[in-house]
Amino acid sequence: MDHRIERSEEHPDVITINMGPSHPATHGVLRVVLQLDGETVVKAVPHLGYLHRGMEKLAENRTYLQFIPYTDRMDYLSPLCANVGFALAVEELLGVRVPPRCEVIRVLASELARIGSHLVWLGTHALDIGAATVFFHTFKDREWHYDLVEDLCGARLTTSYTRVGGVAHDVTKEWLGKLREFVDAFSGRVDEYESLLTNNAIWLERTQGVGSLTAEQAISHGMTGPSLRATGVEYDVRKARPYSGYENYDFEVPTGTEGDVYDRYLVRIEEMRQAARILDQALRNLPDGPVNIDDPKIFLPPKKRVLTSMEELIQQFMIVTEGFDCPEGEIYHSTEVPKGELGFYIISTGGKSPYRLRIRSPSFNNVSTLPVLVEGGLIADVIANIASLDPVMGEVDR
Amino acid sequence: MADGEKTIELLREKFPGAAVASGSYRDQHWVQVRLDSLPEIARWLRDAPETSYEFLLDVTAVHWPDDPEPIELVYHFFSLSRNDRLRLKSRASDRGPVPTLCDLWASADWNERETYDMFGVVFEGHPDLRRILMPDDYTDFPLRKELPLFRG
Repeated sequence: MDHRIERSEEHPDVITINMGPSHPATHGVLRVVLQLDGETVVKAVPHLGYLHRGMEKLAENRTYLQFIPYTDRMDYLSPLCANVGFALAVEELLGVRVPPRCEVIRVLASELARIGSHLVWLGTHALDIGAATVFFHTFKDREWHYDLVEDLCGARLTTSYTRVGGVAHDVTKEWLGKLREFVDAFSGRVDEYESLLTNNAIWLERTQGVGSLTAEQAISHGMTGPSLRATGVEYDVRKARPYSGYENYDFEVPTGTEGDVYDRYLVRIEEMRQAARILDQALRNLPDGPVNIDDPKIFLPPKKRVLTSMEELIQQFMIVTEGFDCPEGEIYHSTEVPKGELGFYIISTGGKSPYRLRIRSPSFNNVSTLPVLVEGGLIADVIANIASLDPVMGEVDR
Repeated sequence: MADGEKTIELLREKFPGAAVASGSYRDQHWVQVRLDSLPEIARWLRDAPETSYEFLLDVTAVHWPDDPEPIELVYHFFSLSRNDRLRLKSRASDRGPVPTLCDLWASADWNERETYDMFGVVFEGHPDLRRILMPDDYTDFPLRKELPLFRG
């Protein structure tokens, strides 16, 4: 038990309870030690690390290409976003830029993943507070989204869809058709979720004025993503530092005013609509052309050629077994994932693996606000607060 | 102008002698400052209108075992109002001590704990310097280069 939690003079009757790490409402293996005076939370101490796999250490012992499957397992609710973020970071280090069709495909993948992630958040958030119906709606649609992800790359979770310098393979016409159906229907679906919650008296009671955070507090904690924007700070990496051609899309960055659980809810709801809007534009403007760079030293040759030509066979063998050389240098590159700013800081001293790879995870910094949100509130609101931060422990612990 | 470039010019004027090295790669500029001037410079970066880096995005370290000062601290700052990033570095001896930035940014708390957890660097003045990802009874510092990925 944590030594820092003690009875104090002003709270002589405190009890200490342990929430998690295996608790359905902590959204993964988050453990919070709570000190309670009756129903009131006096102190909350989060404990992390239950899902720590040492990814930063592993990266130093893997080639750049071999690290892509690890990015699936960071934010496992939107692995495609992390795939894209990592590929972009290495491309920045190499100084290459992928062809336009690849950029649009990456936007399609990222925004689809954003919708998927937000659907899990909404369903479980509502379920945590007792609104079970929403869960069935969002998880039905999440299956639809997962069917699309599976059609895109063959897996629901372990997508590993991007490569350094491109994507694993092009999208098919059939898939684009299926995605179009999803996008056209999705706004109506969001309206339906909203009809269950936005004006629901119980929902309002449980979320408005709960877990309020000021913009200054959020910024000081390094909070990013929808939770930051709910405090009124308009910071979105896609707007501030566009990548993959996000500057060409017409979309809004929703913000809140109160920074409470309800505003975080409204911001994410609107983000789902905006994601569908971006998907719609990307589908309309998907250019023809290659989906990867033409550099045999970096990008894997097409499988067909590998099986028929000696040259390409050797090329594939070298890239897979040894990897490609990166120049000496260091870069920080970040993308806007559903949770906030996901940054990769890569130091290369030349060679085939990074000398150091640092993952700046949005959930890690977002969860650090938890004590500020819950202390002084009711224990029932702890659950609402955790859900509203939308943490993913795979990304917190890495 | 490229990320951090202008700030580094200003920093050299404002704190003569504090910057010991600087460089850039792909238009991202970094500056290495003397360890004792770090808190003062960090405060200036946050508060001065010409810098106004509201965010301390990330704190981490890099281990260079062959160097006389093997720990390289790396801070990433972000100014939302100017849309500018800065990478600030400083060198320290093996286990520190190094100054904390907890009194300036709340994000320094957990990020410095992680840096301590992974490299064994002691942040002086940190209110609660405990391990954060590794178990409490763990004795190594995993991201140091002498620690192998697999043990035996």
